[in-house]
Amino acid sequence: MITVGHYLVLSAILFSLGTFGVLTRRNAIVIFMCIELMLNAVNLSFIALSRHLGNMDGQIFVFFVMAVAAAEAAVGLALMIAFFRNKETIEVDDINLLKW
Amino acid sequence: MQVLFFYLVALVAVLSGLIVVTAKSPVNSALALVNTFFCLAVFYVMLSAPFMAAIQVMVYAGAIMVLILFVIMLLNMGVEPYKKPTHVAWGTIGSALVFLVSVFFIQRGEPTRAVGEITRDVVLRQGHTELIGKAMFVDFLLPFEIASILLLVAIVGAVILAKKEV
Repeated sequence: MITVGHYLVLSAILFSLGTFGVLTRRNAIVIFMCIELMLNAVNLSFIALSRHLGNMDGQIFVFFVMAVAAAEAAVGLALMIAFFRNKETIEVDDINLLKW
Repeated sequence: MQVLFFYLVALVAVLSGLIVVTAKSPVNSALALVNTFFCLAVFYVMLSAPFMAAIQVMVYAGAIMVLILFVIMLLNMGVEPYKKPTHVAWGTIGSALVFLVSVFFIQRGEPTRAVGEITRDVVLRQGHTELIGKAMFVDFLLPFEIASILLLVAIVGAVILAKKEV
């Protein structure tokens, strides 16, 4: 029998994998994809808990997370293209214009 | 049987996630991420949320990943050159900490009884899409409208950012 704990532990594994990617990678697009991975891990636990509690609210939140992720993809990728046009790179080590 | 299937799909999801964070080329990362999204869609079907699985495949694996792949191809980046070992070690420590804390809280909480009325039978009888629609347009109407304004602002922002001279 699969309990809600199985899904939550899987979600924790995926979330920490995404954290590892955000902390160690230097390519901005790969960091972006790792953030998508973390968002999806949270979505999985939302849906598992929503099913476990017999409630619809968690699935509605997943809907909004997807809407925010789509908006983030549009703006973030436009930012990366604009940055690449100016600096010819998107390595985050080289992006230090705002460094004090 | 069901448990075996769960572990199989979970294994594929975790391995694809590992490829996402370790692959040298961003294209390989993106393809592995699509694989993870499909595995999560399988889990949504197992949790009797088929509409969410459909959205997962269409919005995430379809729209967002196509956008990301398009930008990767457009920018034409190479592989990442060199990673400092201390950097990787600190990242491992940080993510392991996140994992341990979340597992601690998962183990600590006790599963309660179901309090809502949406059971598997109700979903099968009424249909998941109808239940989602009812919840979205009755209880969550204001957040829905705010989400549409958010998407409009994102479109305008992307157009302004992508113009030639800012």
